[in-house]
Amino acid sequence: MKRSGHGLLIILLAVLAALMLLSLCLGRYAVPLREVLRILLSRFTFVEQTWEAGMSAAVLNIRPPRILLAALVGACLSIAGVSYQGIFRNAMAAPDFLGASSGAAFGAALAILLGLSSAGIAVCAFCFSLLTVALVFFVAQRAPGKRAANLILAGIMVSSLFSAGTSYIKLVADPSSKLPEITYWLMGSFSGKTWHDVRFALPFMLLGTVPLFLLRWRMNLLTMGDDEARAMGVDANRLRLLVVVCATLVTAASVSVSGVIGWVGLVIPHMARRLSGNDYRKLLPTTLLLGAIFLLAVDNLCRNLLAVEIPIGILTSFFGAPFFLALMLKKEASL
Amino acid sequence: MSLDVTNFSFSYGKSPLLQHVSFSLGEGQLIALLGPNGAGKTTLFRCILGLNEGYQGSITVEGSEVRSLSPRQLSHRIAYIPQIHYPAFQYSVLEMVLMGTTHRLSAVASPGKSEDNDAMQALSTLGIEHLAQRDYGRLSGGEQQMVLIARALVQQTKLLLMDEPTASLDYGNQLRVLSAVRRLTRSGYTVLLSTHNPQHALSYADRVLALAGGTLAADGPAREVLSPALIKTLYGVDAVFSPDGRYILPQEVLSC
Repeated sequence: MKRSGHGLLIILLAVLAALMLLSLCLGRYAVPLREVLRILLSRFTFVEQTWEAGMSAAVLNIRPPRILLAALVGACLSIAGVSYQGIFRNAMAAPDFLGASSGAAFGAALAILLGLSSAGIAVCAFCFSLLTVALVFFVAQRAPGKRAANLILAGIMVSSLFSAGTSYIKLVADPSSKLPEITYWLMGSFSGKTWHDVRFALPFMLLGTVPLFLLRWRMNLLTMGDDEARAMGVDANRLRLLVVVCATLVTAASVSVSGVIGWVGLVIPHMARRLSGNDYRKLLPTTLLLGAIFLLAVDNLCRNLLAVEIPIGILTSFFGAPFFLALMLKKEASL
Repeated sequence: MSLDVTNFSFSYGKSPLLQHVSFSLGEGQLIALLGPNGAGKTTLFRCILGLNEGYQGSITVEGSEVRSLSPRQLSHRIAYIPQIHYPAFQYSVLEMVLMGTTHRLSAVASPGKSEDNDAMQALSTLGIEHLAQRDYGRLSGGEQQMVLIARALVQQTKLLLMDEPTASLDYGNQLRVLSAVRRLTRSGYTVLLSTHNPQHALSYADRVLALAGGTLAADGPAREVLSPALIKTLYGVDAVFSPDGRYILPQEVLSC
């Protein structure tokens, strides 16, 4: 029996924990690992203070929300991607397939134009993200023909509509203050994220992730096609709707706090499929952990590679696009 | 187990496809469904499987109207064996077969040990348990079709619907699949199988249903119902039967 899959998950979990610890050390203000451990330990028991005050602020207050958020967003975008791939029976499906990202981008640009606070930007991005996908779903539901194809087509159209809206906002935005802010948001970043952002995103992320986890076996049946799934007792349309709602919820929650981060939802599921196989029972947890590890690692590069912080969306594209080019050239690639 | 189709009619828009089709299937039979392209075989199948509800008349399984059953309820009564196809994602044979156990699990559960055992048992019923850990996509067409049959067996229904199982198989695999299906009917399964090959119906089926011209053109034991006249009605070609009635041959082959 091929049930030794837990080994893989344990390894990934250990890697993630180690990477989180390492991320606490890294930064403009480097803290040695020994001090990080002592600072963490001091929260629970008495430890003699050998560190500078600034170190404990970095390790306890400044870095944790950012680290947590990067891991959460990586995990969420990845499981959203792998879920969309199942319901569309297509390994090239990504979380922004149904317009979640372009809707969020429009919402954020609008909020910045109106001068809203950072919380206001997140809420506005989140709402527009959901609204966009709802619109796509509504159109696809009413159109005759194949449901899955309709969703994809409607997704392309509505995305392009909202992208045009975003472009227009950029055109009229004040080029000295608001335009750079919009542009920066569109490139995605975890810079300056606080516990407020975590508290805003986490409930929606859980609300979407838990059902996806519970339904993960049934997603296998959706990849067989609607008719076969139904003959095996699964109402394909209802399940697909549920998965779309959950996957959209986690995507919207992610992009509304991090900005647009491409490729994660496409590359990570691909790597996870190679590690664990396509059975969603194992694939979903593998994807989740791998996504968290990947985005946290990339965010560490963003913080530490250059003197100025690099927007994370740029780096994920730098990794994502060549990864797929390499995959295309490889003979056994099963795109 | 019983399937009763009563006064079944189906139209696409205004043009009727099938009218007043009635038949009942009992236990332990292999029934071949014949008919030319477009005769309505697939539509009839889809209606029986609850995939298309726009018909008149009634289709009942074990006394329950198909339209009134949920997908889960129906999947406890009928299992569907599709034609082999290349799946979007690769699964192992065991994973493929396990999918047939889904209707016994709660909506949020995954199959466990007991389902694994059921799946292995279905595989061994067909003599292919050695394939369990192989990739489904790397099997031969005949093996893939056997795996899909195993997936239907694990659904633990007595009625199996097969959509042209031999359509894309080589000659050897066609015969292997058909003889496996016939063995199943001998152990109590009822199999309704659509096919384009009347010779298969003649050699393997207990009973033949033939759709032509929008109605049920023939219904009865294969050896009695199949005739040159029926072949002409169904397919518009001339055929002759061997003197013992066991082989169908094209007319023109004999006349030269």
